[in-house]
Amino acid sequence: MRRSINILTNTDWLSVFIYLVLIVFGWLNIYSVNFSETDPSFFSLENRYAMQIYFIIASVILAIIIFLIDSRFYSFIAYPLYVFSVLMLLAVMVIGKEVNGAKSWIMLGPIGIQPSEFAKLATILALARFLSGYNVKTNSPQTILKSLGIIFFAPVLIMLQPDFGSTLVYSAILIVLYREGLPGWILILLLFMAGIFLGTLMVSKFIILIILISAAAIAFFILNKNLKNFLIVVLVLTVLVLIGVVLKYFELIPKNNFLLLFGALVLSTIFYLIRAITAKIKHVFPVILFLYLFIGFVYSVDFVFNNILQKHQQERVQIMLGLKSDPWGYEYNVNQSKIAIGSGGFLGRGFLNGPQTKLKYVPEQSTDFIFCTVGEEWGFLGSFGFIVLYIGLLIRLIYLAERQRSKFSRIYGYGVVSILFFHFAVNVGMAIALFPVIGIPLPFMSYGGSSLMAFTAMIFIFLRLDSTRKAYLI
Amino acid sequence: MDQFANRKIYVGIFILLIGLIFTFRLLYLQVIDSTYKLSAESNSRRLEIVYPARGLIYDRNNLLIVHNQPSYDLKISPFELEAFDSTELCEILNVDIQTLRDAIYRVKKYERERRNPFIKQLSPETFGKLKEKQYKFPGFYFSERTLRKYNYEIASHLLGYIGEVDSSIIKKDSYYELGDYYGVSGVESTYENFLKGEKGRRYKLIDVRGKEQGTYREGRYDSDAEMGKNITLTIDAELQQYAEKLMKNFEGSVVAIEPSTGEVLALVSAPFYNPSLLVGRVRQENYEALKKDSLEPLFNNATMALYPPGSTFKTANALVALQEGVIRPTSSFGCTLGYYARGVSMKCHSHKQPLELVEAITNSCNAYFAHTYKRTIDNQNFETTEDAYNAWRDMILSFGFGEPLGIDLPSEKAGFIPKSSYYDRYYGKGYWKAHTIISNAIGQGEILTTPLQIANFAATIANRGYYITPHVVKDIEGVDTLSREFMQKNWMKPDTSYINYIIDGMDGAVNGEGGTAHIAHLKDIVICGKTGTAQNPHGTDHSVFMAFAPKENPRIAISVYVEYGEWGATYGAPIASLLIEKYLTDTIAPNRKWVETRMLNSKPTNKKEDEKKY
Repeated sequence: MRRSINILTNTDWLSVFIYLVLIVFGWLNIYSVNFSETDPSFFSLENRYAMQIYFIIASVILAIIIFLIDSRFYSFIAYPLYVFSVLMLLAVMVIGKEVNGAKSWIMLGPIGIQPSEFAKLATILALARFLSGYNVKTNSPQTILKSLGIIFFAPVLIMLQPDFGSTLVYSAILIVLYREGLPGWILILLLFMAGIFLGTLMVSKFIILIILISAAAIAFFILNKNLKNFLIVVLVLTVLVLIGVVLKYFELIPKNNFLLLFGALVLSTIFYLIRAITAKIKHVFPVILFLYLFIGFVYSVDFVFNNILQKHQQERVQIMLGLKSDPWGYEYNVNQSKIAIGSGGFLGRGFLNGPQTKLKYVPEQSTDFIFCTVGEEWGFLGSFGFIVLYIGLLIRLIYLAERQRSKFSRIYGYGVVSILFFHFAVNVGMAIALFPVIGIPLPFMSYGGSSLMAFTAMIFIFLRLDSTRKAYLI
Repeated sequence: MDQFANRKIYVGIFILLIGLIFTFRLLYLQVIDSTYKLSAESNSRRLEIVYPARGLIYDRNNLLIVHNQPSYDLKISPFELEAFDSTELCEILNVDIQTLRDAIYRVKKYERERRNPFIKQLSPETFGKLKEKQYKFPGFYFSERTLRKYNYEIASHLLGYIGEVDSSIIKKDSYYELGDYYGVSGVESTYENFLKGEKGRRYKLIDVRGKEQGTYREGRYDSDAEMGKNITLTIDAELQQYAEKLMKNFEGSVVAIEPSTGEVLALVSAPFYNPSLLVGRVRQENYEALKKDSLEPLFNNATMALYPPGSTFKTANALVALQEGVIRPTSSFGCTLGYYARGVSMKCHSHKQPLELVEAITNSCNAYFAHTYKRTIDNQNFETTEDAYNAWRDMILSFGFGEPLGIDLPSEKAGFIPKSSYYDRYYGKGYWKAHTIISNAIGQGEILTTPLQIANFAATIANRGYYITPHVVKDIEGVDTLSREFMQKNWMKPDTSYINYIIDGMDGAVNGEGGTAHIAHLKDIVICGKTGTAQNPHGTDHSVFMAFAPKENPRIAISVYVEYGEWGATYGAPIASLLIEKYLTDTIAPNRKWVETRMLNSKPTNKKEDEKKY
């Protein structure tokens, strides 16, 4: 079944427009970061802003080429591309160039390519292809496991580079799975585990334990729907903790907050179990089971990290998590970033006028911390506008995805949304000190050819699919 | 439609929620919380102090005595460090590798260490060598300061030296910051406020690695360093140089003053040191050595040493006695090789007798002044000895004794003219009278003066009755008038009409028959002088001489102390006369060369002989 459709009239020009605004705005900020009166010449390849112009031109050409290709091609190419990208990720481990301790780059003459950037595209294409296949029930456990297999191939290889940030990006694909029927509780559980995993490495176990206990109490409350039982749970634990605090004060028990809390937890657990049996309260066992499983998980994370990973790997992970960070320290980066953004004020310091930006106080400012420049030079007004634009694009893409008749297009569209969203949320979140420092680029804004072209390809393949939504029903 | 289509709502809401959280976070960071704006300012700008050159110091004839030389500190910027040949650097700097490693470790670890130089005040040779090879050592850079340089290596005590401020100075004056220099002593200290200049401030934009990226706000808040004010001293560099040459074998002091202005022409404290020793890297080491020296070369004898004035004080006593009317110029007293009275004996040397006042001064007769002093203190016009003593003391103080004169040099001593209460404490009230304190008659006993006070006293006599507070600075660039104290005449209390007897006596001492200081006699210039011997409980007495010349319209008044010099005429008088001759005629006459040679080649020794009173 085929209708003759004019591609251009069916293209979503709003998305294209936002895309263009973002890359131009991104370039302005890159220019501001790297601009210097002493630079040799505007178009010198030594300048990042000049390079970025070439990347932008290349990206636009790439977008046009993508539009010239029949939209059915992308479904067809999905698996080969996926295999190719996995091969590339393997290749990078062998012939890759090590930059900042990670082998992420393949050098083709003077041009460096980051396979991990393109692997995201290949992965969501492959996932869309798989889930859109005939007789695939998207919410069956079998499908979900297979999907996870497709998703996790790339990140495992990327983790070995190691590029922790790019690895984490793949977790965003859970949004796609969720949309396609992944049970909500699995999503929540996975998110929770991811949080605990990161948290275990980054904050003290005492805090993790508090979070786990609180989560267990909330879960218990939700499941039991009984305020009285919930209050008893909270009360008993609180009293035990207070007793522990008093004992600690008089130096009758070791001065370790974690042990104190854990001791109180074990004592209260015994109490709950007795009470659960006598009062026949439901859900006590599973909640407690999960709680202890998670505590075990926390320890296994620690154990894996401390005993299985080698020293330099530990350090890399720590550095990637910003725990052991570059010579300047985790706090330093976050602080500098906050200072830069904060100093922007309401109206900003004006284009090319941010001292923090100009003086490179913030590390990786053209790449991972480009949002600092937005905040500093364009102020609250500018950053708010930027966020509105970005969220607008994401919502628009969801809207576009939902209007697809083809399941492939829809799933792919959600893939694009989830990956863009993850990048956006983590990147901006880290710049404004809401998330830990995880080095991933801000799509369309950050300096870098691979990421710009990969994201351009990603979004324009989707727009190409969207432009023929009425023609094909793949 | 699929069954999970409504999940798009949750996804959408989740995305919107993140957008909303970000918006509020940004609102907080950028609009509500202002702390980040402030830290951005201090984060990216660095205050660099531009150190001013200190004011230059000229002598009274505009000869440049003190100027500045550039000095370079070597600092380390840890962010620009790259691999370098540490062996070579250590060789150039003459430090061991561990010192270098420690320094690099410190600047890497501690931010405040980055401001401290790795090596202070490189020697010019080291600087030259390193500058040439600086490209080999990225991360090492120079910071420029200025140090003193002396055209004439003279007047160390008068000029003073410069040191680094300590915390007490910083606490007192907020101008100073750690690492600043300031004048510790001498003119460098008293005129610190003029000499120091104003530090300049440069706000530099710096990037995260501490590298300069230009000026902050186009230099709106910058200020240039302002060089210190130049100062012209009253010192005659050549006279000072000559005085130091003459004093080089001695301990003691020379102070020469222009009587009409109170301007100090030369001020020597011997032993002295080369002021260049206290400059630069060698300062600390040399300072310690000078401080340990038992001859105390750092101590300014001219203003801080307390000696008995010896016989020079007789002239003061004479003026008081004349004023009180207890003697007249024609009063004469006999002398039988001394003054002997109940419980008092004071030797004198052989001279004709009896003597009148002028001759008594010329011959420096102890007996004459013992009589005079007895009459002064036991004066029946006063009800008590104490009153008489107080009247005497009051007049003595008017010569500038007993209190600091107020010269513009730090730590000037007051000398000591005891109050009557001192004797009351010592002997009991009413239990002392002239004979108890008769040593005062000849400038011994409890009386102590500084060489400066003696020179000032000579100037007072030369001025026929007044002095102008001695000072060493003649002119400060950009300052119209000096302190009023340095203009004002301080009249002595005794009537000025008596002064000519004193002057004639001093004339006679140098130029007359039997004068005690005949060696000071010059052919064409009438020097008026008075010898003295300052009792020294530690050994041989000190040679003292005070003089002024010419007799009419005096242009120079002088005091010379030579420790262990024994007689005023042995060292004091020849040195004073040579200086006067040099100052007034610019040369030493051939027939007096032998005096100069003798002074240059003799060295008094502490013979620890019996006390001599003379």
